[in-house]
Amino acid sequence: MTIYARRRTVNFVILTLSYAATAAGLIVLFMILGSLLWNGVPALGATLFTQTTPPPGSQGGLLNAIFGSVVMTAAATAFGTPIGILTGTYLAEFGRGSQLAPVVRFVNDILLSAPSIIIGLFVYEVMVVPMGHFSAWAGVVALAIIVIPVVVRTTENVLVLVPASLREAASALGTPQWKVVVKVIYRAAVQGMLTGAMLAVARIAGETAPLLFTALNNQFWSGNMNGPMANLPVVIFQFAMSPYADWQVLAWGGAALITFTILFLNILARWVASRGSFSQ
Amino acid sequence: MTGAGPAGSGAGLEAAPRRLGRLRLEDALFRGTTRAFAVGVLLLLLAVMLSLVIGSIPAISKFGFGFLWEQRWNPVKEIFGALPAIYGTLITSAIAMVIAVPVGLGIALFLTELCPPWLRRPIGTLIELLAAIPSIIYGIWGLFVLAPVLQSTVQPALVSTLGALPFFGALFAGPPLGLGILTAGFILAVMVLPFIAAVSRDVFVTVPPVLRESAYGIGATTAEVVRDIVVPYTRVGVMGGVMLGLGRALGETMAVTFVIGNSHHIATSLLGPGTTISATLANEFTEAVGDLYTSSLIELGLILFVITFIVLAAARLMLMRLEQQAAK
Repeated sequence: MTIYARRRTVNFVILTLSYAATAAGLIVLFMILGSLLWNGVPALGATLFTQTTPPPGSQGGLLNAIFGSVVMTAAATAFGTPIGILTGTYLAEFGRGSQLAPVVRFVNDILLSAPSIIIGLFVYEVMVVPMGHFSAWAGVVALAIIVIPVVVRTTENVLVLVPASLREAASALGTPQWKVVVKVIYRAAVQGMLTGAMLAVARIAGETAPLLFTALNNQFWSGNMNGPMANLPVVIFQFAMSPYADWQVLAWGGAALITFTILFLNILARWVASRGSFSQ
Repeated sequence: MTGAGPAGSGAGLEAAPRRLGRLRLEDALFRGTTRAFAVGVLLLLLAVMLSLVIGSIPAISKFGFGFLWEQRWNPVKEIFGALPAIYGTLITSAIAMVIAVPVGLGIALFLTELCPPWLRRPIGTLIELLAAIPSIIYGIWGLFVLAPVLQSTVQPALVSTLGALPFFGALFAGPPLGLGILTAGFILAVMVLPFIAAVSRDVFVTVPPVLRESAYGIGATTAEVVRDIVVPYTRVGVMGGVMLGLGRALGETMAVTFVIGNSHHIATSLLGPGTTISATLANEFTEAVGDLYTSSLIELGLILFVITFIVLAAARLMLMRLEQQAAK
């Protein structure tokens, strides 16, 4: 074989493998989505949204779990997003040249990828143990801790894209710094910040591990934030691992519901970001 | 601000410095608030670390360093050892990396060199959506869809081919259960794939076009350009992406809990059941009775935190070094 032919063969093999790798990634994605549609959609009837989680062997839905997930996700986003935005603002606007900013950025990146079950353990230690019982509030705090680093990162990334000329023009008019940030820069970057919040919601909506030791689960309808509360991920975990066929069907229904909500949020977030005033 | 202006000056002039002072105060307040929250994020990480250390004190004082290499995990006799969980965590992550790194690089190569431009965004987005699917969905899919497939096709094939090799074959011995270390590693590979692919793609496109074009210009094939130009140029960034994926794999909980089989015995075969630190926590923490049991589980969490912290810190330092290079 000539050198030329060998090089062509090697090239052909590597490029084929590269196509195969991409195909493999896409096939797995479509297999997962396909099995969710196949197993989950038949479970998505009206009862899923109108009845609470059943005991094994009887009919029921996921109403209490859906309610719990929505309430806890909303509360965690409401607490976590402002903290994340303020921290991101510090990193982008005030922390330049300071020694604190790189350290905070580094720590934030660690928190962003830290195992979420560790966050669950932490909240168990500092909230569940002193309070003496599991509670939805503990779940909210655990989820909020996961929201913060996501929002910090997106906020900082989008704020540094706002052109310096906007800041300078506002400052030249004698605008105080905080008004420059709140009324000019935030307004210019609002799409990006919204994207961050949506990605954060998408991230926590399916989080299971941090809720296992905090909000736990509840077989019944409960609006009490001070007690254990049902939530979709933990119910899916419990039902899927159970030997009961009805429960497994409900688990697939919940799984399909969560996944398609999250994928929708992700795609929506990308769309909003691509319409932002200053894209990367 | 009293006495700032000379006596007898107009009311407007006297008000101006006061208003300026108020503005300055507001600015300082706003800046202080953002700074306080930034410090808060810093303290959060310290608080997490501290609470894990405090929570594991009973287990540390009882078992000492022996906890790390003790194989037994017996809640009834209150003998706890972390070795099976640590082994499971490391081996599943290793399997994940062996699969995900070449596939992830292949996808990055496809997206940067081979893909028609109009398909780049959609395919890139689809691969990234793999990262958006929650861990628990991977778990339920792995348990009900992937495990039966592996059990009936891939695992028997592995047993009859690699399992027949001397020495090395022990890793692929035993009955194909479907669930076990190999399945967990496979699921983890899918989960970290988007991270490795996305980071590699992002650093691949930073290669200056002139380098790539020169190589093509002297007649290099695409594979040679990638091997000799792109990968050497982006080595640090790719390593950062791989470490980021590894950090994810080590701490991944729900997906692994579904498929690993939850056994505290170290199986020599990769087809056997095992456990990881996070799966042990997810399964046993809420049911643990007694301070020592709980504390041992928290110490497991501490070990996981330390391992992932080291890996993630290394990943970030590599990526940060790359950013500094790019800035120059």
